[in-house]
Amino acid sequence: MDDVAEQAKTIFIIGSNTTEQHPVFGTRIRQAVLRRGVKLIVADPRRIDITEFATLHLRLKPGTDIALLNGLMYIILEKGYEDKAFIESRTENFEEFKANVMQYNPELVSEITGVPVTQLYEAAEILGTSKPGAILWAMGITQHVVGVQNVRTCANLQMLLGNIGIPGGGVNPLRGQNNVQGACDMGGLPNVYPAYQQVINEDVRKKFETAWGVPLSPKVGMTVTEMIPAIAEDKIKALYILGENPIMSDPDTNHIRHCLEQLEFMVLQEIFPTETAPYADVLLPGVTFAEKTGTFTNTERRVQLVRQAIPPIGEARHDWEITQEIARRVMEFGQRKADLSAPQAAWNYSSPAEIVAEVAALAPSYAGISLERLDRGERLQWPVKGNDHPGTPILHVGQFTRGKGLFAVTEHIPPVELPDKEYPMLLSTGRVLYHWHGGEMTRRAKGLLEVYSQSLIELNPQDAAQLGLQEAQKVRVSSRRGTIEAEAWVTDRVPPGMVYANFHFPDVPANSLTIAALDPIAKIPEYKVCAVKLELVEA
Amino acid sequence: MPKITINGQEIEVPPGKTVLEAAQLAGITIPTLCYHKDLSPYGGCRLCMVEVQGARLPMASCTLPASEGMVVQTETPKLADSRRTVLKLLLSAYYDRGDNANDGRENELIHWAKFYGVDIEKASLKAPRYEINADPNPFIYIDMNKCILCGRCVRACAEVQGRFVWGISERGFESKVVAGLDEPMLEARCESCGACVAYCPTGALENKLSIGMGKADEIVQTICPYCGVGCTVDLNVKDGKIIRVTSSPEGAVNGMRLCVKGRYGYDFVHHDERLNKPLVREYLLNGTQRPKGADRGKWVEVDWETALTITARKIAELRDAHGADSIGVLTSAKCTNEENYLMNKFARQVVGTNNIDHCARL
Repeated sequence: MDDVAEQAKTIFIIGSNTTEQHPVFGTRIRQAVLRRGVKLIVADPRRIDITEFATLHLRLKPGTDIALLNGLMYIILEKGYEDKAFIESRTENFEEFKANVMQYNPELVSEITGVPVTQLYEAAEILGTSKPGAILWAMGITQHVVGVQNVRTCANLQMLLGNIGIPGGGVNPLRGQNNVQGACDMGGLPNVYPAYQQVINEDVRKKFETAWGVPLSPKVGMTVTEMIPAIAEDKIKALYILGENPIMSDPDTNHIRHCLEQLEFMVLQEIFPTETAPYADVLLPGVTFAEKTGTFTNTERRVQLVRQAIPPIGEARHDWEITQEIARRVMEFGQRKADLSAPQAAWNYSSPAEIVAEVAALAPSYAGISLERLDRGERLQWPVKGNDHPGTPILHVGQFTRGKGLFAVTEHIPPVELPDKEYPMLLSTGRVLYHWHGGEMTRRAKGLLEVYSQSLIELNPQDAAQLGLQEAQKVRVSSRRGTIEAEAWVTDRVPPGMVYANFHFPDVPANSLTIAALDPIAKIPEYKVCAVKLELVEA
Repeated sequence: MPKITINGQEIEVPPGKTVLEAAQLAGITIPTLCYHKDLSPYGGCRLCMVEVQGARLPMASCTLPASEGMVVQTETPKLADSRRTVLKLLLSAYYDRGDNANDGRENELIHWAKFYGVDIEKASLKAPRYEINADPNPFIYIDMNKCILCGRCVRACAEVQGRFVWGISERGFESKVVAGLDEPMLEARCESCGACVAYCPTGALENKLSIGMGKADEIVQTICPYCGVGCTVDLNVKDGKIIRVTSSPEGAVNGMRLCVKGRYGYDFVHHDERLNKPLVREYLLNGTQRPKGADRGKWVEVDWETALTITARKIAELRDAHGADSIGVLTSAKCTNEENYLMNKFARQVVGTNNIDHCARL
């Protein structure tokens, strides 16, 4: 983030409400504009706060990101702004990519995206002439059925401009939770062991079988968006959930409820009795960040030390201890046994430091991470290849991980559920500044709740007038899957025809409206687009 | 590099530094109030005045570029006199009702007044000029009676947060710091990041959630539990409770910056609804069937051993009866790397499934 804030000449934000969702990084972008005159392009259907600082706000229609980016690349190629040396030496598949992009002429792109042709030319000129440029995105790019293709298109743009492997450049996905990067790094995914070592790779599997002293499954597992629906098909019998709240955060809440009702057994390890707790059979009190020691990895792969400040509340226990206790007992009671003499098989950690050491032994990118180094104040971004390795602030310098950068051919595919006669409005969902994710923590923070005490539906003045909305009157928003009622915030942040809801409040569960249409590769739901209708709630 | 002489000490100064910065490099303290190293120099408080050989009058060192051959004195009887006058003038518009609002940070005005032997009691106002705590912002406590118009809040809001909420209105003795057009902070588009509080030298701006809580026993540096930026936060702990969150220049990604959630969203930690005992459904203790439908029956508080044994037996039974892939594990983007590693090991080694995920997609 330092390099983007201090060295980028252009910052292109697409699908990230940076000042509200990554506020501190947002302030650094504002300062980059104010102090260094960075050119800021924001592509977003909503007039989010950061657009006030933008040189250019491309107000595209939701779900048209690929068309927009391909259209910009068409102009970049037309004007000769591309980095020919970079393309020649560092990438492959350029010709096929180019042939595809050349189908996206500005007029066509303007028609698909709603962005005027002149703005497309202005944006392409900024991107092509003010380098290095960084592209930033968040869930506005990924939460689509074409999420993976969206990301690849962002990468295409940066390769085309040669903005890779340099300070102030790069592809910069902003991660939405304190340790979502770390949870992925640690193998909290169905297809990879820690450090993205593939479960389907036999050599890798053997490595972990040797370490853990037990044969391992060669089959890729289910994602969360597959696991819960699989309960209804009788494929999943039990869930062990640590600090997650699917009732608030998963798409199509009514279906999630229906599935969880049928689940045979759920153990939930939590700090609060969340909205998911009614579906649990056992509730185990874990602890908050303030009560634990360990590490979090931030959005720029920076591994940072979490220091315990207060003792656990009541009888709550450290989460690592709880998992260890369950693991020992399951192995004792069940038929599956591990050879506990294998190097990393045992479950007898006496502190988080011992777990850090085990991770370092098995995850090459964390090989040089230790609590001592972090406690000394060393600033480490992975890969940290050994105890003397200083870490890696910039990736892909000189070479991509896979060797050459692959230009992907990506096509505009419309969202699965667009507005129609019956459901004429488009709904997009996300968060607001004062709350966070399912709201479990922020709804229990006094001041935050005081400033933002109830869910508000963002609605354009034109639509409000058409609806005949009176002040402080509630609206009913319905999709094919559910209905919510909430007060409207009449604002031109949203364009006509679009509403925006947050998923922080259980009495206005926005995810009862959302569609569980998934990206075929990432299995991420299309939270940013579904069709709804609006009605007034009679007082 | 230019060479200058401060208090007889010759100092080599990197180009572009001020006399104040040069002095700091040499370990010489010049008193300041409106100056902060993160903010643009203001030259407003006149406390950092120094004598420069050949100059007619003392000059403010925070705005004075260090140039080759300068000879500077920072502590002379004349300067001390002028500082006492400045401090008395500031105190003449200063009123502290002593309501213990101060959070334990040093009040910089009082520090320098004591240092230069000013009679604070005598110099300061006897009655408030402004209503105390007049702004409804739930996080920021305002007592403009303690404001010395140094403008650090104004600059912090503009130069750190980039929000431009604060400004100075009126002239002369009537001058005061106002939000927007002298309106409530939130209406002036305040994002409640608390940067103004963090930079205030006198406690005119304080953390409302911490009023009267005094000084921390201990400050523990850790990482914010909210978004993925990973800001460093200083938890101020007293009697086993977080009484305040502050920022420090040591933060790897944020320095002094924090957002409203990071600085003020900590009290969930001590919320009444925290789970503090293991709970299991009654049917699990009776050895009966789980009630069908949405309601799984009554919760019963149990000891850890009971809860852990029931959990492990259930998972082992279901795994042995239906296969490892009938078990799913949801780990957490809110938990540490070590906890996530163990959940991964639990799913794969103990259960034997790759059914593990978390809300990265959500």
